[in-house]
Amino acid sequence: MDWHLLIAAGVKIVVFVFLLTLPLVAMAVWAERRVSAAIQDRVGPNRVGPMGLLQPVADGIKFLLKEDFTPAHVRKTFFWLAPTLVMVPALLTSAVLPFGTKLFGEPMVIADLDVGPLFIFAVASLTVYGIVLAGWSSNSKYPFLGGIRSSSQMISYEISLGLSVVPLIMLYGDLNLGHIVREQAHNGWTLLPLWGEGLSVRGLILAIPMFISFVVFTTAMFAETNRLPFDLPECETELVAGYHTEYSSMKFALFFLGEYAAMIVGSGLCVTLFLGGWSLPFGWLTPADTAVDVPFWQGLIHIGVFFAKVIAFILFFIVIRWTLPRFRYDQLMKLGWIYFFEIAVLNIILTAVLMWLLAPGSAA
Amino acid sequence: MSTTSREIEVKDAAAKAADLDGYQLTTDEIVGEKLVLNVGPSHPATHGVLRLILELDGERITNADVVVGYLHRGDEKIAENMQYNQFVPYTDRLDYLAPLANNVAYALAVEKLMGWELPPRGQAIRTICCEMARISAHLLGIGAYAMDVGAMTVFLYTFTQRETVYNLCEMLTGARFTTSYTRIGGQTRDLPEGFTDALLKFTDELLECLDDVDKLLTRNKIFLDRTRDVGVISKEDAIAWALSGPNLRATGIEHDVRRANPYLDYHRYDFEIPIGTVGDCFDRYLVRMEEMRQSVSILRQVVAGLPDGPINVDDPKQFLPKKEKVLTDMEELIHHFMLVTQGIDAPAGEVYFGAENPKGELGFFIHSKGGGVPYRLKIRSPSFVNLSILPKLLRGEMLSDTVAILGSLDFVMGECDR
Repeated sequence: MDWHLLIAAGVKIVVFVFLLTLPLVAMAVWAERRVSAAIQDRVGPNRVGPMGLLQPVADGIKFLLKEDFTPAHVRKTFFWLAPTLVMVPALLTSAVLPFGTKLFGEPMVIADLDVGPLFIFAVASLTVYGIVLAGWSSNSKYPFLGGIRSSSQMISYEISLGLSVVPLIMLYGDLNLGHIVREQAHNGWTLLPLWGEGLSVRGLILAIPMFISFVVFTTAMFAETNRLPFDLPECETELVAGYHTEYSSMKFALFFLGEYAAMIVGSGLCVTLFLGGWSLPFGWLTPADTAVDVPFWQGLIHIGVFFAKVIAFILFFIVIRWTLPRFRYDQLMKLGWIYFFEIAVLNIILTAVLMWLLAPGSAA
Repeated sequence: MSTTSREIEVKDAAAKAADLDGYQLTTDEIVGEKLVLNVGPSHPATHGVLRLILELDGERITNADVVVGYLHRGDEKIAENMQYNQFVPYTDRLDYLAPLANNVAYALAVEKLMGWELPPRGQAIRTICCEMARISAHLLGIGAYAMDVGAMTVFLYTFTQRETVYNLCEMLTGARFTTSYTRIGGQTRDLPEGFTDALLKFTDELLECLDDVDKLLTRNKIFLDRTRDVGVISKEDAIAWALSGPNLRATGIEHDVRRANPYLDYHRYDFEIPIGTVGDCFDRYLVRMEEMRQSVSILRQVVAGLPDGPINVDDPKQFLPKKEKVLTDMEELIHHFMLVTQGIDAPAGEVYFGAENPKGELGFFIHSKGGGVPYRLKIRSPSFVNLSILPKLLRGEMLSDTVAILGSLDFVMGECDR
């Protein structure tokens, strides 16, 4: 075992997960409250720290100090296991996201796997166990209904989610997220093929199925992260708080933060797949290939660009949440199975046909 | 291996209570295991303390039982033990979203018993009260309804406008919530200075807010999906269950007490009665939205043609004389003393008066045996009557529809349980 690799990975985990993603989770909660307040003509939290920026810290302290109450009628093991099963996969998936180019000669990705999307879908689907277990082990009716809803919802939308990425993988012919991003940096983002090889008839036509993929992927992402308009599992008005009704203190906070962590990682994945990851448009400041060492400041800029895109995406999540009503359960399933599933499958066929017709060197 | 199905029942406190109530599963066919879900009396969607016992087959409701009475305070019995004027504050607490309209309805009922008619200015002021109350109640109704189906922003938009209504109430009555504005035979005070200007300014802002709500909801696909063809009430059912107010008009029946049996000076104003076509949740939403616009139109007409003159009946033996006169005149002092200790001298008889309140027809039936205290006072509360159709509406719908239906029926438990 190469100690150097292990230490580098450890440092990257600490920096990316604990120093960047988790604070971003806290900031997302703050942003959610401030942006929703702005949308709703309110002020929002503004007492703790400048502009209420320390509000997440105060919330965290409050959660830690609350009584961690476990009702007598719950299945204790699973009741305790569930919150971690929500939080951990969300953070685990961040391992394969390339969040920058290089810093100190180290590639800015925790695990440079060649099966990035597969790993993400495999791990992210574990989240559903957390929610189902929470609903079931609470041994109470509202969490039970929330758990049932969410298991069917997440499993259904995972299919659309996975299928919507297939055209993209066909286009890039690669499952390594790092390679996909580098390809986009040089030849135009998936949704914006306006430079490099992307700026061609083929590239522009293939952007159409990519855009369909993007829409399906984003919508499925909303459903996967249980955000409004798909927040049926915890749908406040009918199921009280859904699967986490019986939870309190830090266990509740883990559910709460897990949702935001999933949202951030989802945004990160979307940015990586469709919006060029860490790259700036038109190939600005893009290193020629992996072997080239990147100056320190450029490395920082790439990380900054990645997080700027993620934050923009999170803001989109938030604005949607505070604008739309919520679907009904059967409508949600109908939408998932009748529309998104079909669209995703047809999109794969469309991409295949287009790629065959427009293959470099073919007569068409 | 043979399999058998069995009832799984989690014996929580609510289920035990349901057993005690003699609640029975009533269905002929066996559809697998049913879940008895207790909703309320303390639940975010029940708008107060309504309790529903739902029997669920998956997400579908196979049976619903509505339990009311958690907010029962015995208002009707209380009324028998106090003078007519002393009961006014209790009417604030019926439909606490529209206390002004309740005050007016009660005062009008007692005045009908007395055979009094208010001077034109007093009537115009009461019309302002009623329409302000209607706007306030509908704003909350629509806001809470939207929040129930998940659109949380609408709730805050409408609440901002309600805040202005409360400011107006404060100007008019001195209280923001429990107004107790009317007395038998008049009002506590005349319109304050600057009130009409503030009112007109509010109507402008309200119309803007309603346009915003329109943009957020009326053509929103998700909202349409959630409310269209959900909780449909037919015309026949609406009449059979004696519905009133927007819930009745949404079914397509054009019945509005303000038009059918005009009181105050409603006959002077030009307004339309919005009616629905289907009678579903969406129609009820549309009717309420349009009623607010009509209320704005009425308010503007009232302000434009606001008559001058006295606001109270001019009978010192029946209506409290002015304070300065009480302190300077022997005659007035005696009237004051008699009115405060004995109350108004009502004739014997029975009278019913129904007013078009935001939730429907709020009626007061008064049985008087003479003197200052009613022998029996019955309140016909529209929320109570409108809720009676709930079990029929809920049966066969999805669990999520419960909140849409509850929100669209727009009831207030304070009035329902009285």
